[in-house]
Amino acid sequence: MSERIGAVPATYMGEGSGPRAWLLTTDHKRVAWLYLVALTVFFFLGGAMAVLIRVELATPAGDLVSDDAYDRLFSIHGIIMVWFFLVPSIPATLGNFLLPLMIGARDLAFPRLNLASWYVFIFGSGFTLYSVIAGGVDTGWTFYTPFSTMFSNSYVSAAAFGVFIVGFSTIMTGINFIVTVHKLRAPGLTWFRLPIFVWTMYATALVMVLATPVLAASLILIVLERVFGIGVFDPGLGGDPLLFQHLFWFYSHPAVYIMILPGMGVVSEILPCFSRRPLFGYTAVALSSMAIAIFGFLVWGHHMFVSGQSAYAGLVFSFLSYCVAIPSAIKVFNWSLTLRKGEITFETSMLYALGFLGLFTFGGLAGLFLAALAVDVHVHDTYFVVAHFHYIMVGGMVTAFMAGIHFWWPKITGRMYSETWGRIAAIVTFLGFNLTFFPQYVLGFLGMPRRYHAYPPEFAFWHILSSAGAVVLALGYLMPLFYLGWSLFRGPRAPDNPWRATGLEWKTTSPPPPHNFDETPVVDGPPYRYPLAEDGA
Amino acid sequence: MSGAVESEAFRDAERERQADAFGRWIFIGSEAMLFGAVMLVYLTARMAHPEGFGEASSRLSLLLGTVNTAVLITSSLAMALADLLVKLGRRRAAAWALAATALLGLAFLAVKGVEYADEVREGLAPVLGLPFAFEGADPRGAQLFFELYFASTGLHAAHLIGGLAAIATVLATWRRSTDAACLRRTRAVGLYWHFVDIVWVFLFPLLYLVHR
Repeated sequence: MSERIGAVPATYMGEGSGPRAWLLTTDHKRVAWLYLVALTVFFFLGGAMAVLIRVELATPAGDLVSDDAYDRLFSIHGIIMVWFFLVPSIPATLGNFLLPLMIGARDLAFPRLNLASWYVFIFGSGFTLYSVIAGGVDTGWTFYTPFSTMFSNSYVSAAAFGVFIVGFSTIMTGINFIVTVHKLRAPGLTWFRLPIFVWTMYATALVMVLATPVLAASLILIVLERVFGIGVFDPGLGGDPLLFQHLFWFYSHPAVYIMILPGMGVVSEILPCFSRRPLFGYTAVALSSMAIAIFGFLVWGHHMFVSGQSAYAGLVFSFLSYCVAIPSAIKVFNWSLTLRKGEITFETSMLYALGFLGLFTFGGLAGLFLAALAVDVHVHDTYFVVAHFHYIMVGGMVTAFMAGIHFWWPKITGRMYSETWGRIAAIVTFLGFNLTFFPQYVLGFLGMPRRYHAYPPEFAFWHILSSAGAVVLALGYLMPLFYLGWSLFRGPRAPDNPWRATGLEWKTTSPPPPHNFDETPVVDGPPYRYPLAEDGA
Repeated sequence: MSGAVESEAFRDAERERQADAFGRWIFIGSEAMLFGAVMLVYLTARMAHPEGFGEASSRLSLLLGTVNTAVLITSSLAMALADLLVKLGRRRAAAWALAATALLGLAFLAVKGVEYADEVREGLAPVLGLPFAFEGADPRGAQLFFELYFASTGLHAAHLIGGLAAIATVLATWRRSTDAACLRRTRAVGLYWHFVDIVWVFLFPLLYLVHR
C-alpha cells in the first residue's frame, strides 16, 4: 500500500495534481482543503464587510454609506460569517482532515457524500452571493419576520434559499461524522480513549443533524410566504411572527454550540501538549461536550425575553440558560488546571489557545448578564449583545480555528512556518480583538443600540476606539495569509511529530499517505499521556 | 471478510453494511425533525384557532384523503415485498414490486392533484394570490389552516417525488447491478419510502380528522 519512491514517502498531496484530481477527490484530506480555500475566501469577504461597517462608525454622522446600504452591509456580514464561515469552519476543515486520522480510520465513512457536501455548500453559498450582487438583503442574518416576509424589498428569498441549501451540506457532514465515530474507530480505541476533539466533533454533528432541519423548515416557510403568499408568520392572515423566532432560535441557539464546541475541542488538544500535562478531568470534559449539546436545545427562549413571550417562559429559559453555563465552566476550570504545574511553552498555537481561554471566559460571563431577565431588558439589542457574541464567536471560535490551523499545519502540509511571525500575529490578533470589542460592551451598557449607521456624538470616543481596533485585528488576520502561504511552498520540511504530541494523527507521516496509515493502528491506553518518555520525565 | 467493500474507508463489508444502515437512520432522524417542526407550527396555530381549524378541516374531502391513505399504505406493502423478493434472489419479481410501489406513489400524487384542483375551484386555496372565501365563525383561522395544509402536504408531496426519483434511479441500473448492490439500494430507498408514508399517517389525522 505504501509506495515508496526513493526515500520520499507517498503523500496525499502527491496523488495527482490539476483540477480533476482535486475537484473530484474523495480523500477526506483533499476535501478538507477544498473547504479551507472556500472558507478562507468567505472569511475575508465577511471581514471586508466588517471593516466597512467599522469605517462608517468611526464618525457619528452617517457619511460613508446610506442607512439602507448599511443594513445590507451588516446583514451580509452576518450571513457570510455565521453560515458560510463559522458553522462549517472547524468541522469542515480540521474536522474533515483530522477525524479519520485521530481514530485510526482510512477515510470518513461516506467519502463521496463528503465531496458532495462541498458542492452543495458551494452551490448554496453561491446562490446567496448572487442575492448580494443583485441588490443585497437588509433583514440581518436572522431573517426576522414580519419584516423579512412582509416589508423588506430586498432579495430575502434568494438569500434564505441559499442558506437552506447550505443546511443540507451541514447535515451531510453531520451524518458522516456520527457514523464515522461509531463505526470506524481503530481496535482498542474505546469511547473514553477518544481525544476530546473527536468528542466535540461528535457532539457538534449531533446538533447539526437534529437542529438544521428545523432551520430548514422555518426558511421554507419564509420563502413560501414571500413567493406563494402562504402567510404563516403574517398576523394579518392569522399567523404569528413570534413563531418564526421560536423556530429560528430552536436551530440557531444550538447552532451557537455548533460554532463553539469544535473550538473547545481544538483547545483541549493544544493545552495539554504545550504544558506537557495530561488533560485534567478528561471524563468531565468529554461529557460536558455532550451536556452542552443537549442543554443547548433547551435555551432558545432567552433570545425572546423582550419579544412578548410569557413571563413564566422567560423565567424557565433564564434558569436553563444559567444551567448551560455549568458545562462550559467545567471545561474552563479543567483547562486551567491542566496548565497548573505544567512546563508551559509559548508556541504560536499555544498563544492562540491561551487567548481563546481568556476571551471565551470573558464572553461567557457576559452571557450570564444577558441570561438575567432584568439585565437583558436594559441591554437587549445593544452593542453589549454584539460584544458578547463576538467574544464567543470571534474571540472564541476564530481564535481556536487559528490555533488549530497552526497546530496541525505541519501535519496538513508537511511544512513548518515562521514561529516568530506566528507569535507576532497571535499577539496582534489578541490586542486588536480586545481593542475592537471591549469598547462595545461599554457602548452597549451606555445604551448604544445595534444596527444604526449614525449615532449621537457622546458615543464617538468608544466607537473610534473600536474602529481603530478593527484595523489592528484585520492586520492580525491578514498576516497568517502571507507567512502560511509562504510556508506552503517554501517552508522547511516538517517532521512527523514536531510538537511531541500524543494522538494517532502524529503517528503517521507529515503529510499523511493517501489512506492515512500503512497499517491500522492499535490503541492500548488513554489519550494525553504527557509527559512523553522522551521528554525525560 | 464477507464480500467486497464499496468505499475505501472500510476493510470489512459487514461493517460497511452496518455503517450504511446507521447513516440512513440518522438521515431519517434529521427528516423527522423537519416534519416535526412543520407539525409543531400547525399544532401551535390550531391551539390558537380551534374553531376555525375545525370548520376548515371539514371542508377537505374525507373520501379522497382516505383513499389516498389506503393507496400509500399499499405502496409500502409493495415496497416491503420488493425487499423480501430481492433477498430471496428473485430480482425480476422484485423489480416489478418496485415498479408497483412507484405507480401507487404516482396514483397518490394524482389524487392529491385532484384534491388541490377542487380546493382551488372552491376558493379554499390562499396561495399565489388566488381568491380565498370562507364563510364561518373564524375565517382567519380557516385561512391559516389552508395555508398550513398546502405547506405541509406540499412538503410531503415533494418528498414523495424524491422517493419516486430514487426508485426510478434504482430501476434504471437494476439489470447492470450485482445482487448485493440491488439489495442495498432497495433497503435504502425502502426505508425512505416507509418514512414518507409514516409522515402521511401523521398528517392525515392532523389535517382531515379535526372535528370528526
